[in-house]
Amino acid sequence: MNTRHISPDPITSSSVGSERLRAELKRRDFLKFSLAASGGLLIGFYFPGIGSQASAQESVSSFMPNAFVRIGTDERVTVIVNHSEMGQGVYTSLPMLLAEELDADWSKVGFESAPVDPKYNHPAFGMQVTGGSSSVWSGLEQFRQAGAAARAMLVAAAATRWSVDAASCRTESGAVFDSSNRKLSYGQLVADAAKLTPPAHVQLKDPKTFKLIGKPVKRLDTSVKLNGQAVFGLDVKLPGMMTAVVARPPIFGATVKSFDDSKARTMPGVRKIAQVPSGVAVIADTFWQAKVARDALRVEWDEGAMRGFSTTQMMQDFRERAKSPGVSVRKEGDAPAALAKAAKKIEAVYEAPYLSHLMMEPLNCVVDLRQDSCEVWTGSQFQTIDRANAAKIAGLPAENVQLHTTFLGGGFGRRANPQSDFVVEAVYVAKAIGAPSKVKVVWTREDDMQGGWYRPAFLHSIEGGIDGAGNLVSWRSRSVGQSIMTGTPFAALMKGKAYDPASVEGIDDLPYSIPNIAVESHQVDIKVPVQWLRSVGHSHTAFAVESFIDELAALAQKDPYQFRRDLLLKQPRYLGVLDLAAQKSGWGKPLPKGMGRGIAVHFAFGSYLAHVAEVSVTDGKIKVHRMVCAVDCGQYVNPGIIAAQIEGGAIFGASAALFQELTFEDGRLQQTNFHTFPVMRMNECPEIETYIVESNEKSGGIGEPGVPCAAPAIANALFAATGKRVRRMPFRLTEAV
Amino acid sequence: MIDFSVNGEHVNVDADPSTPLLWVIRDHLGLTGTKYGCGMAQCGACTVHINGEAVRSCVAPVSRASGKAVTTIEGLSSDLSQPLQRAWIEEDVPQCGYCQSGQLMSAAVLLREKPQPTDDDIDQAMTGNICRCGTYPRIRRAIHRAAGMVAKGGAR
Repeated sequence: MNTRHISPDPITSSSVGSERLRAELKRRDFLKFSLAASGGLLIGFYFPGIGSQASAQESVSSFMPNAFVRIGTDERVTVIVNHSEMGQGVYTSLPMLLAEELDADWSKVGFESAPVDPKYNHPAFGMQVTGGSSSVWSGLEQFRQAGAAARAMLVAAAATRWSVDAASCRTESGAVFDSSNRKLSYGQLVADAAKLTPPAHVQLKDPKTFKLIGKPVKRLDTSVKLNGQAVFGLDVKLPGMMTAVVARPPIFGATVKSFDDSKARTMPGVRKIAQVPSGVAVIADTFWQAKVARDALRVEWDEGAMRGFSTTQMMQDFRERAKSPGVSVRKEGDAPAALAKAAKKIEAVYEAPYLSHLMMEPLNCVVDLRQDSCEVWTGSQFQTIDRANAAKIAGLPAENVQLHTTFLGGGFGRRANPQSDFVVEAVYVAKAIGAPSKVKVVWTREDDMQGGWYRPAFLHSIEGGIDGAGNLVSWRSRSVGQSIMTGTPFAALMKGKAYDPASVEGIDDLPYSIPNIAVESHQVDIKVPVQWLRSVGHSHTAFAVESFIDELAALAQKDPYQFRRDLLLKQPRYLGVLDLAAQKSGWGKPLPKGMGRGIAVHFAFGSYLAHVAEVSVTDGKIKVHRMVCAVDCGQYVNPGIIAAQIEGGAIFGASAALFQELTFEDGRLQQTNFHTFPVMRMNECPEIETYIVESNEKSGGIGEPGVPCAAPAIANALFAATGKRVRRMPFRLTEAV
Repeated sequence: MIDFSVNGEHVNVDADPSTPLLWVIRDHLGLTGTKYGCGMAQCGACTVHINGEAVRSCVAPVSRASGKAVTTIEGLSSDLSQPLQRAWIEEDVPQCGYCQSGQLMSAAVLLREKPQPTDDDIDQAMTGNICRCGTYPRIRRAIHRAAGMVAKGGAR
């Protein structure tokens, strides 16, 4: 098998020129950062690759053949990206697609965040959204076509200028050449090309001739993230803007009974205190003034139905629920009968808690509300929905609302909220001040963690049986947890099913050859707001499935890698990553005493992943030393970014496996900040190796698939090291069996 | 009024002395490269230097900076010539990028104190800086790379 090893020393690409183009902001010249220490900084065009703030002017004769690219007489190629940059690299990988077909000079390529407009809709989802690990595969055609169309027009313009046949011309590095090697740069052709009609059909390149696609090209957005220039939502500042901090209910569903702001309203900088649907907003000149005054509010709450809610009791209820049959999701053969006849059987219950997305940048939203229009700046993953919801609250038609997508300081699904909670609230606060008003609502870390919309807690109860020869003959699983989609506009995605696909994804498509399978689902109704978190259902189903397969291997007294192999003979892509991870990890080679290796394989978002973890336990503390990851995501665009996503995914998954749990007592969340909901840190981080399978298959996702295998690989390595099973996340050796 | 310097420029700020330095830097001085992550010195996103010492500015009252020299990410080197910034580019470190200002400011103190840090030194110096995207393996490589650049005399 051909593989590409992503070495610790990524290959240096062509020089990086990046620009942060914020045209809308630029046009609004009042939008200035007041930089007391070093002079004014205009949000707008910057070219960090070639120096600090460049005062580039948008050329009057720029050429914009379609919605996705603009070429200036200054040779700069600006790719307008319709997906949000939240770390996953879309401001690089999507421009690469366009630049490849355009034959652009990569050092002149920059990016710009797309405004909200139907022409920037996700081709598969029908609205502007970043999620489902879909940006690159959904943009493959779109961005290549856009680049090829622009190139064809530039060639036609040059051919006309030279009075030669366009077919005799070639393009390279931002210029057109004729057969006698005369050259016209794209910048020189801007005015002529702008007069032409875009071609109806273009020929895309033969992948064999790709210069950028498939190469570990360095990211375009690195420079601005190293000198403070990148503008995240929290960094947006408008003249005269106030800052609001909101007192939200301590229990989900609680409402304001009364509040006493007698102290808060006399505090310095406080402009207004107002009740809004989500709580009580304190509006002040600066964040700190608003925060201190918010903390001085005395709010009395009607605690509502969730008072008394306890996750300890909830998990007890889940365990009871799993004892009865659920809605059938998948049924092959007769699992209970086969189980009754099995030579050996085993039953195990796996549990996963509520989780917070915990983006490094807490939620925030800036609103500039006027009588007849509204502008919103935020790190959104859900532009179409957020704009529509903002418009509804503002009482304006959607087209009168502009939403500007800033850099996202992490997203992981939280900034794709079906109710646009953090956007809607900010519009309510602006309305409470009264139009015209400019306000930034800032969530503290505690507000963010306690604000809900978590990865739902889940329980998977699984029974399996093997025959006398050690063959797996029966599988019955029951999954218990809350639905993400029920009751939201996304319920349509359930297509009338009695279960939420996001609850059972990763367990309903069990790839192993088992003659008798029953997969069942129990949906519970709990009023804790839940939504998608990086890898969604896979974040808990892979833990259950891959742990249980390991337990079955032990029951059959087989090597866990070989046991999986034997059951995956008809699944070449699963087998491909499984073998690759095993081989690269040195599976079977002895490890130092006290260490163990664990393996897991999983399919999610169109991609296949296998992880091998090496783990030890010292003084009751789990240490993950090494993770070897194999990925088959089909045809790929940027292997450097893929490696980064797989590394980050492994760490994200390991953090959940080792440290993270949200718990409720008496309706109140017990966790508040990083000290009670820890994230893996530098000293805990394993060495991570990523290997990519060369493939001509359809492109799959990459932002999320790196997460699911981490937990089961670590759990299985713990078993290899200690002989004990952990069945609940986060892992506690004291609970191991 | 509190007097101090930021990135070599004198500033005179009218803020309550108990206001965290972070919010004075962001809201009063408009320097937004320094980030808010936790407000309790747990995550390191707000790391700046006061007289060359790495400080979590979210819990340091602005009064602590009085008469002192504060350096923020904007003062590390605006033209990206600092070896750490160059190494960060070479290793393609940032993902979302939100924590990287703090990571760089912590790493800068580490390299000044230990020009050739071991992995243990890196653990010690960088464990207070959280990255939710999981860029730790690249940060570690970038710090070693930057140390190599300094050793070769390739940097200021």
